[in-house]
Formats: sequence, C-alpha cells, structure tokens
Amino acid sequence: MDTAPETDARREHFDALIDADDRIEPRDWMPDEYRKTLVRQIAQHAHSEIIGMQPEGNWLTRAPSLRRKAILTAKVQDEAGHGLYLYGAAETLGIPREELLERLHNGRQKYSSIFNYPTLTWADVGAIGWLVDGAAIMNQVPLCRCSYGPYARAMIRICKEESFHQRQGFQIMLTLAEGTDEQRAMAQDALDRWWWPSIMMFGPPDAESVHGDQNMRWGIKRFGNDELRQKFIDATVPQADLLGLTIPDPDLHYDDAAGHYVHGEIDWDHFWEVVKGDGPCNRERMSTRVGAHETGTWVREAATAYADKHAARAAEAAA
Amino acid sequence: MSAGRADWPLWEVFVRARRGVSHVHVGTVHAPDAELALQNARDLFTRRSEGVSLWVVRSSDITASDPDDRGEMFEPAEDKTFRHPTDFELPDEVANM
Amino acid sequence: MDPLLIYTLRQGDRALVLAQRLLEAVTHAPEIEEDMALSNLALDLIGQARALYSYAGEVEGDGHDEDHFAYWRDQHEFLNPLLVEQPNGDFAQIVVRQFLHDAWAAPYWNVMQHSGDETLRALAGKAAKETAYHLRHSRSWVVRLGDGTDESHARAQTAVDGLWRYTGELSEIDDVEHALAADGVIPAAADTLHDTWRNSVGDTLTEATLDMPDDGIMHTGGRTGRHTESFSYLVGEMQVVARAHPGAVW
Repeated sequence: MDTAPETDARREHFDALIDADDRIEPRDWMPDEYRKTLVRQIAQHAHSEIIGMQPEGNWLTRAPSLRRKAILTAKVQDEAGHGLYLYGAAETLGIPREELLERLHNGRQKYSSIFNYPTLTWADVGAIGWLVDGAAIMNQVPLCRCSYGPYARAMIRICKEESFHQRQGFQIMLTLAEGTDEQRAMAQDALDRWWWPSIMMFGPPDAESVHGDQNMRWGIKRFGNDELRQKFIDATVPQADLLGLTIPDPDLHYDDAAGHYVHGEIDWDHFWEVVKGDGPCNRERMSTRVGAHETGTWVREAATAYADKHAARAAEAAA
Repeated sequence: MSAGRADWPLWEVFVRARRGVSHVHVGTVHAPDAELALQNARDLFTRRSEGVSLWVVRSSDITASDPDDRGEMFEPAEDKTFRHPTDFELPDEVANM
Repeated sequence: MDPLLIYTLRQGDRALVLAQRLLEAVTHAPEIEEDMALSNLALDLIGQARALYSYAGEVEGDGHDEDHFAYWRDQHEFLNPLLVEQPNGDFAQIVVRQFLHDAWAAPYWNVMQHSGDETLRALAGKAAKETAYHLRHSRSWVVRLGDGTDESHARAQTAVDGLWRYTGELSEIDDVEHALAADGVIPAAADTLHDTWRNSVGDTLTEATLDMPDDGIMHTGGRTGRHTESFSYLVGEMQVVARAHPGAVW
C-alpha cells in the first residue's frame, strides 16, 4: 500500500502526463475516479454498439437488394467488432467482460438511448446510417485523442471503419428520395421519426451536465454536448436539403448573425423517459440481449469443458 | 461431464500486416481455447485485409514490466546515445552509412 | 431450361438460403465473437450467391440481374437442397447444419477449381478459400459441442439425427449434372465428393464422440423446387420489401 507521499508523487506524474496530452496506459497509476469514469464510459459505449446491432439487424433478412443485404451485414458485423474492441479496452482497466455484461443486463450500466427506437421500414436503415452514425462520428472523433491509450486506440480503429457506415446510410436515403413516390414518402417518414432522437444523442444541455469539467481535463470528453449538437445540425441540414427532404422542426432556421442553424425546443422530458426505460423498444432490446446471453450459457460451458478436457489429456500425455 | 465455467479466458492478439514488418499488438479476444482464439482474432482484426499472420497468446501468459520500475528498466538506456546512429558525425561522403 | 442455368441457380440458391438462415441468428449468438463469425459466414455466402446469380443471368441471356433471381422467383423456382433451408433451432442445430453443408461445399469448390467453365473456375477459386475457413469453424464447434458437456452432447446428437435425412440430397446427381459432366463443366473428380464428404463427416463425428446415424430415408426435392414447410416463410420474408415496390431501385 502506498504512503501518502508516494501517492502524491504518482498523482503528480499522472497529472503531468495529462497536461502534456500524453497517454495513460494500463497498469499506470490512475485516480480511482478516472478509472471508474472510464470503465463506465467505455463499457456503455461497448454496450451501445452491441445493442445497436439489433435495430439494423432487424432488416438483414428483408434488405431489398443483395448489395444492400451484403452492405448491411458488413455494417452489423462491424458493430459487433466495435463492441469487442471497446470491451477489450474496458477490460484493461481490470474488470472482466462478464462483469460488464452483468452490469448491462441488470441495468446498472446503460447504452445509448437512440437504440430504444424501432426500425419500422427499410428507410429507417438509411436514416440510422445517415443520422445516428453521423452523430456518433461527431462524438467519437474527439475520443481518438482521449487520454487513456487503449480507449484512444480502439476509437481510432472504430472511426476508420465508421465513415463507410454513414455514407451507406446517406446513399440509401438518396436512392429512396430519388425513387418512386412511395420510396420518397418512406424516406421522409423515417426522417420524421429519427431526427429528434438523433439530436438528443448528444445528451442534455451542458448547463445540466454533471461531470463535464473533470472529464474535459482528463481528455475523456473534449467538447460540450451543445457544441457537438450544433456542429451536427449545421452539417446535416444541408444534407437534408440535398435529399429534398424536410426536417421535422418548424422552428429550424439559419441565423446569419450567429452563422448557425437554430433549432426548435427539444423535449427533454421524453428523452429522460426513454433513458429511464420507457422508450418504445427498451424491453425488447434487453430481452434479446439477455436472452442471447442466457440461452448461450450451455454453449459457452461446453466450449470451456472441451478446453479443460483437452488440457488435461495433453498434460497426461506429456507426463 | 457436468457443466463447466461459462466465461472464456482473454487472449492478446498480434498481427503481422505484411511481409517485412513485425507482429504488432492490436487488442484482445475471448475464446475457450487457442484454435477458436485464432479464428475469433481473424474475424475481428483482419476483416479489411489487415494481416498475413496472427499470433494469439493467453493474457495470463504475458509477463509485463511493472510501470513503477520504468526508471530502472528504461532510463539507463537514455544516456547511452552511442547506440543511436545519429550520435556519430561522419564525413558527407559516407553520410548514408 | 439450360442445364448450366439450372446448375448455377442450384449453387446460388444454396448459398443465399443458407446465408438467410444465418442472418436470422445474428444478435442471438451465444457470444459476441460468434455473432461476428455467423455474419462473416453470411457475408461470404451472399457474395457467392451474387456471383452465381450474375453468371446465371448471363447464361440465361434475358437481361436478368442478381436481384431478379433473389427477389422475383417464386418458392418453387428456388433450387437449393433442403438441408440449407432447415430452420435455425438451437446453436447445435445451426453449427451441425453448417458443418454438414461445409463438409460437402469445401471439397466441391476445390473440385470446381478445375471446371471447364472459366467463370465457375474463377468463382471456385475464391469460394474454395472462404469455404475452407467456414468448414474449419463449423467443424471446431461440432467437436466442442459433441465432446463438451452432457447437455451439449445431447443437443448436438439431436441435431445430427434430425438433419441427417437431408444430407443425401447433397450428393444427388440427375440429368443436369450428367450433361455438365459430359461438357467438362463438372470435373470427373466430382464423383468422389460423396465419399470425401462421408469420410470427413465420419472423422469429425468420431472426434466429437457423436454417433453417425444410419442412412434411412433421405428427404429430397429442393433441387427441383419442392421445399419444406418453413421455406415459404423464408422466401416471403426475404422478398417482401422488394416485391412491395415493383420496378424500384434500392
């Protein structure tokens, strides 16, 4: 156990690394709060990727062309992969994946609320790629410079893979918008349902955010919620214009003086309802996830039993 | 045979991107044994043609230096700069040596 | 129909229908690594189906593309063997179905690397590598489930016993294959496929401590468009969006 001067020295070293924008690596000394915050943030990000496979996974069997089927399969596969990179990063902080999954399953840790909405049509697949992945990219790019090495490296990998996700989503929307009247209506309907949840992805206004400052200093969070939300809206409105679709916000307008798009009031009550478990698909998402895990127990046990048996046989043979 | 444990051990994964370069650590996978570890690693880390060779090592088999010993392990090397080629001034004629 | 067209569709349908079943399992796998593996298998199979359907379109010469064959044929026009359309069930069912298929498909694509047909030969080059990997994976799981716990062993044996009746069709030969063998499209080595399959499956089942069922009555008909009950649900689901918008581009 460290003495107080030893802890102070470690703390100084840690702070120096942070101030130099250097990386903290596994097994480096770190404040408990830093470790706890990272475990939670990285794990929740991982859970989001895994749960996020479900709304799009819903359309794999019904994708209306083989090319779209292949692209969507690759995307959903990437999401599984991203979840795995992130669980791996979280595990370097000393918590096994089994424990992290337990926290997801019992509700102690959360996942991004955006995945509690249903995918009702093929156009939703396009809307998710365009808006949800677009918003995710905005959140994620700054994390490539997060102070914690394994998380930053996982994010770099993820960001490289993510740009195809947004592009394929936008391409779907474009094809629909330029298609038949029914396709166009499908695209507009998807935008109507996904717009507000997407801008809520950036989280509540900064004024209401609890941990902002410390996380900023530690390079765990680099930009405020409002700033990222604004950036996203400014980038996305022209894209909607290009599609010829209407964003479902009658108050949305460009403010020349500010140089930004100003948006209508966000229904934060609804946001909190969904976060707390009363969104349209919260139950379904969890039951699929928990179901897969519990149903799979006999499989995982079988694999372990086989490995143990063979290790024993190999040991005997060597003896 | 009764039910075994359900959680799988952790494996560190190393990928050689192409001939001529070393294997580089890229992350971890969970797997019950080496063969599935190799397959899981291949699916996770080489989807985009990122490698020609994979190593998987049980995480528990890795011996790591203690970050606290950084001073004694690594700093003594810092003042022996004669190990670096840039420390030797040579005439221009042999500058590419 | 031209034998080459029928034959190409048989292979394309085999790949697509199997991929479709695998896609149903994504997000339900026993471990996230397995979700990745299943989607990897599906992606490879979709790729094979697309290549085969594109070629079928050329052979047919009516200007049909890959999506025509996938979305605009009716149930009785699909020519996949019955094995690949069997519903998912538990994980043992999924891996045993996959293994029984891969143990045939891997040597099949190897043989087809010597096909007299240039397109199928090229296709086989890629498919052989993919399927070798699929076989490695499905085989690994059959062994682990068979030689794992009592429960996994029982489930694996049930899967083998239940799916065995569909394995005969894999090695069926009719006029189509005879015609293509005569043309050199199907190399003579294809004659050994059934034995290769049987030996490979036998070795794996033994290693997995599983019993190989007696042959008994083999269920067939898929290769000529006569399918099992769950197949119309599979086709309906697969085609529903495309069919709701005739002429649309996606």
